[in-house]
Amino acid sequence: MSEPSAATGVVLAHGDMARGLVGAVRRIAGDAADGLVPLSNEGKSPDVLRRELDDVAGSGPVVVFVDLSSGSCGVAGLACCRDEALRALVGGVNLPMLLDFVFHRELPLGELVDRLVENGRASIDQPLGRS
Amino acid sequence: MPIVLHRIDERLIHGQVVIGWGHQLRPERYLVIDDELVGSEWEQDLYRLGAGDVGVEFLDVETARRRMPEWRESPERTILLTRNVATMRRLAEGRLLSGERVNLGGIHHGPGRSEVLTYLHLTDQDREDLRAMAEQGAIVTARDLPDAHGVGLDTLLRS
Repeated sequence: MSEPSAATGVVLAHGDMARGLVGAVRRIAGDAADGLVPLSNEGKSPDVLRRELDDVAGSGPVVVFVDLSSGSCGVAGLACCRDEALRALVGGVNLPMLLDFVFHRELPLGELVDRLVENGRASIDQPLGRS
Repeated sequence: MPIVLHRIDERLIHGQVVIGWGHQLRPERYLVIDDELVGSEWEQDLYRLGAGDVGVEFLDVETARRRMPEWRESPERTILLTRNVATMRRLAEGRLLSGERVNLGGIHHGPGRSEVLTYLHLTDQDREDLRAMAEQGAIVTARDLPDAHGVGLDTLLRS
């Protein structure tokens, strides 16, 4: 069971992406994926999406992961997290970032987010070098 | 001509517009016409973040109607957006959009709305506003993305 202060992660993305990512985390990390909630923008107006995100985010620490910062998910995430000390927004979500999150979500929110962004970026590589 | 797209989309500046349409139309400016957003700087900031390097202006309907001729003469490729049908209808009054294509991009399900297309849900008032726009000379078509099949107003109103 998680510590009470552990952050919740909300993955907000287009189409089925959020459910797919959280499902992939579960396949790799098992029940640790319980710390993630998938949310899709499919068929939702901006107002409905903002309300749903706000409900899911709740009152504890939360990291909102979005696929595109420049999309409707990003706009909803910004609206949800602005002026909220316990909410942080991370754009360009990827699987390594989420795996890192589920095992470190008890860290202080600022430290956690810096770590996620750094490790998420570092996970994008070109193992065979330049073609 | 420099207004390359007149679009009704309740999400305004988002992925389909910035990436889907933007890739094809290469806009140099977005004009968001909305009487409420003009007074909300924090919401304007949110939408600007989504637009990347492309400039965004927020204007009320009356200002937009006054400046429409200027925008048409401008060399800047412009996408003009409203987030509801009523606002575009107000823009179109006096045949201001006569001969122009108006794109219906996305209105989601909500109270009083019925599904016309998967991405388009209209109220009775929306339907009346669309008819009025067509009577004022606007050419109304629904199309979420540039490569998608366009659906004409007659078909939409039969749904």
